[in-house]
Amino acid sequence: MGVMPLQEAIARHVRDGHSVALEGFTHLIPFAAGHEIIRQGRRNLHLIRMTPDLIYDQMIGMGCAAQLTFSWGGNPGVGSLHRLREAIEHGWPAPLQIHEHTHAELGAAYAAGAAGLPCGLLHHYAPTDLDLAGGPHTLVCPFTGQRLRAVRAVNPAVTILHAQLADEQGNVLIRGIVGAAREAALAARCVLVTVEALVPRLDAAPNALVLPHWLISAVSVARGGAHPSYAAGCYERDNRFYLQWDEISRDREHFASWMREHVVDCPDHSATLRRLGVSA
Amino acid sequence: MSAAGYNADEMMTVTAARQLRDGAVCFVGIGLPSAACNLALRTHAPRLVLIYESGTVGTRPRVLPLSIGDGELAETATCVIPLPEVFAHYLQRGRVDVGFLSAAQIDRFGNLNSTVIGPYAQPRVRLPGSGGAPEIATHAREVLIIMKQSPRSFVAQLDFMTSVGYLAGAGARGRAGFPGRGPRAVITDLGVLRPASDSDELELAALYPGVTVDAVRAATGWPLRVAREVTVLEPPAAADLTALRTLQAATAQAHAAPVRLNL
Repeated sequence: MGVMPLQEAIARHVRDGHSVALEGFTHLIPFAAGHEIIRQGRRNLHLIRMTPDLIYDQMIGMGCAAQLTFSWGGNPGVGSLHRLREAIEHGWPAPLQIHEHTHAELGAAYAAGAAGLPCGLLHHYAPTDLDLAGGPHTLVCPFTGQRLRAVRAVNPAVTILHAQLADEQGNVLIRGIVGAAREAALAARCVLVTVEALVPRLDAAPNALVLPHWLISAVSVARGGAHPSYAAGCYERDNRFYLQWDEISRDREHFASWMREHVVDCPDHSATLRRLGVSA
Repeated sequence: MSAAGYNADEMMTVTAARQLRDGAVCFVGIGLPSAACNLALRTHAPRLVLIYESGTVGTRPRVLPLSIGDGELAETATCVIPLPEVFAHYLQRGRVDVGFLSAAQIDRFGNLNSTVIGPYAQPRVRLPGSGGAPEIATHAREVLIIMKQSPRSFVAQLDFMTSVGYLAGAGARGRAGFPGRGPRAVITDLGVLRPASDSDELELAALYPGVTVDAVRAATGWPLRVAREVTVLEPPAAADLTALRTLQAATAQAHAAPVRLNL
C-alpha cells in the first residue's frame, strides 16, 4: 500500500483495456477517480458497476469504455442516462458491448469473485428474457436435486472505492450505505481507494466495515471525491445536480462542452468542485 | 387539480397506500411505490417495515428519497446491510411480505418490462433495466404494481419480460414453482385491476370516482375483462391528502436545496 496523489494512482494502476469497477451504491461513488481516468484519456475499458450512475454516463460519453457490466442503468429518481442510451442505441461515441444482470445476480457475482469461486448461486424457477440475452445458466444441487441459477464470478482488474477515512497505515473505514463495495474490492486484483481524510487512528467499532491496508494498492486523499454522490457524515447527496444532469447530458455537444469546462480543463477534483460552485 | 379537490395522481398514490397492511415488511422501489409506502407509514400503517435495495432496513425517511440510496434512508434505518445480503438473506430467503413495483410496460398477466422498447439487440428505447425487480417479483409473498395506464404501457405483448407476473396465466406461475404468489393488484391512475382467480388475467375490479369502464378500456392495449362487481372507490380522505401534500412539499424543497461542501 502507498499513499499517493490520485493522478499517480490512476497512471500507475489503470491501463487501457482493463476491467474496472468504480463501486459505491448511490453513496460514496468515486467521482474524483472517474474524472481522473477521463483526464488521462483511458480507452477500451470494461466498466463494471451495479448502477452506472452519472459517473459512467460521463466516462461512456467521453469514450473511455468498450464494455459495460451493470444491473440498473438509470439516473435514480430522474430518468434516463442519456450518454449510456446513446452508446447502446446509436453506438456513439463508440459501440458499447453490454453484460446485463439483476442486482441480486451481480451482487452474487461479486461475492463469488471475492471468495475466489467460479460462480455465484441463486434460486431458479423459469428462464427469463435476460437469460436469452446471455444472462445466467443453471446447474443442479448435488444434495437436493434443486435447479439453481449460476452467474459467472466477477473479478475486476481494478476496483476503485471512495471512503470517509484511512489511517496512516492505509486501513480504510467505510460508513453508511455500502452496496457491494466490500465484495467488489475483495474480488479485484488491485484496489484503489480515495478518502475524505487521513487520520492517525480509525477508532472503528469491531463490526465496522474496514478494508485492511494489505488489500489495497493505493490510498489517495480526494476531499469531496464522491460529489455529486455523497459521503455520509461529510456532505449530502447533491440531488439538485442529479436533476440538472438530465439537461446537461441530453445533447452531445452540450455534454462535451460541459465536460471540457468542468472536468477535462480542471487540473483536479478540487478545481472541478470550485468550477461547479459547491466549494470555495 | 379537478373540481373534486384532488388529482388522479393523488388518488392513485392514496389507493396504493391503502393496499398496505400495518406491520407488513415491504420491499420498495423508487418513485411511485416509494411515495405510496411513505404515505401509508404516515397514515394507517405506522408499523410498516420498509426495505430499500440499498440495504436500508426499517427506514422511515423524513422526505421522499430521490435515489434508492439517499443518506436520509440510512440515517433513519433500523440497520444498514450490504446489498448482496439484502437480496440473499432477506428477499430470496422469503422474509418480505410485499414487493412494490412499477415498470414501463405490463401485460394482461401482470408480467413487467423495464428493459427495452424494441428488440433487445437494437432497442428503440433503452430503459434502465432490472435492478431488484426480477427477484422482488419472484420472492416477495405478494406484489403490488403501481403504473399510469395508457395503451403504450398496458400492452398486448411485452417487448421484453424483465419481471414475472403470472407468465401465461391459468396457474403457470405456480406450476413453475415461484415462491411468491404474484401480483395482487395493479393500481393505476384510473382504478384497480386484480387477477381473476381461474385465469390469472387482470380484470378491472375498482374505479375511481368519475371514471368510466369505457375510459379504462380505452387506456388498455388488450381487450380488458371487467369483474362481475366493480366497486367505485371513495375519494381520498382529507387527512390522506394533507399527509401526501405535506410530504411532497417537504421533498421538493429538500431536493432543490443547494449543497455546499466545507472542505
